[in-house]
Amino acid sequence: MRRLPIVTHSGPDASLRLDFAAKLRESGHSTLRATGVDVLQVNVGKLCNQRCRHCHVDAGPDRHEVMSPALIERCLEVLREGQIGTLDITGGAPELNPSYPRLVEGAFALGCHIMTRCNLTVLELPRFRGLARFFAEHRVEVVSSLPHYGALNTDRQRGEGVFEKSIRALKRLNAEGYADGRSGLRLALVTNPVGAFLPGDQEALESHWRERLWRDHGIVFDALYCITNMPVGRYLDWLGESGNLETYLAELVQAYNPRAVDGLMCRKTLSVSWDGQLYDCDFNQMLTLPLRGVSTGLMDVEVARLKNREIAVGPHCFGCTAGAGSSCGGVTVTTAV
Amino acid sequence: MSHYYDDKELSNFGDIKANAPELGGKFFEWYGAVFQGGALTAREKSLIALGVAHAIQCPYCIDSFTKDCLRKGADMDEMTEVVHVSAAIRAGASLVHGMQMRERAEKLSM
Repeated sequence: MRRLPIVTHSGPDASLRLDFAAKLRESGHSTLRATGVDVLQVNVGKLCNQRCRHCHVDAGPDRHEVMSPALIERCLEVLREGQIGTLDITGGAPELNPSYPRLVEGAFALGCHIMTRCNLTVLELPRFRGLARFFAEHRVEVVSSLPHYGALNTDRQRGEGVFEKSIRALKRLNAEGYADGRSGLRLALVTNPVGAFLPGDQEALESHWRERLWRDHGIVFDALYCITNMPVGRYLDWLGESGNLETYLAELVQAYNPRAVDGLMCRKTLSVSWDGQLYDCDFNQMLTLPLRGVSTGLMDVEVARLKNREIAVGPHCFGCTAGAGSSCGGVTVTTAV
Repeated sequence: MSHYYDDKELSNFGDIKANAPELGGKFFEWYGAVFQGGALTAREKSLIALGVAHAIQCPYCIDSFTKDCLRKGADMDEMTEVVHVSAAIRAGASLVHGMQMRERAEKLSM
């Protein structure tokens, strides 16, 4: 997958520096280090029933890379051996991996908090009609992509007809007790900007999403996470094709917020790829930017040795430190620059 | 200067404080406060600003508030309706002056 250079040209006589390591040093962070391994984020494959225009994984129906049953079992061992409290499952559409139920059941038996990144439309596939019940039975926190409360922007990013299916799926999750305020079953929505701009204020957007989804569809949810689009994968290609690349990168650099560094999710996460390689985050995984100074993979990993590792950084990291910060759980600081 | 409008001028807007820093500072402080959420949400204010930007036909403001509205979760349906509101007020303002024309013409005519 294409990587950004550290210096890019923004005009005949100007250049834009994307040197994240230098920016860290300027703001008083000598090196970026992990503070623990609280979350095992497992990308179980690139197969997806959708083909979203912004996908950093380049996932789609034509991708066949999925994690093997043996590696799924090893993920469960690592959760147990490393005493990692949270399993964060992603893809692709992770549910399309035949071993997905085994991963969830195994982690549930270990007492882990389980999060699954769900594209919603998978719940509408005939063979997954029992999926919402399965999530509920295993107390899975569902983190669902819904870029907008309306069809127009949702379908522009995620494909024609996705919004309508997503609404049906959300109703299905609500019917199982998700976000009802009593069951404890948590449903979070995720919005990425549908274009070349940074997300707005998460609290204000959540309030508006809540009002519109309830008014228009009777849907409830627990939280809205605003995630900055990383200049990686399909989104990076789109930035280039649409003539927005330089402006967007400049905006990311300009919006660098040193206060967002402490909350970066790479500092407490270990990311596993479908083929059992280890990375600091899902974006490094897609860029095949390996762990620094550590050659182990999933099969021979000792989690304790990775709890204070140095994080590998690159130009794309400006995406996670822009404005109020960005992570798979939304913003990382309460106020932007 | 080969042309009157350049998008880079928008990002350099802060330079207007040069030569009159106190006045410029007051403007930017007030401007920032205006767009905070209050009785109206920040989102509502941004949509109003987009409408006004079209009414006064300011390309800088259209650029700035188009992006701001998108960041605040507005979609093209909403933003297009805003432009129609703006256009309707402009058109209505012209048309309602027709009443002045009519009154004047009535007085002058036999």
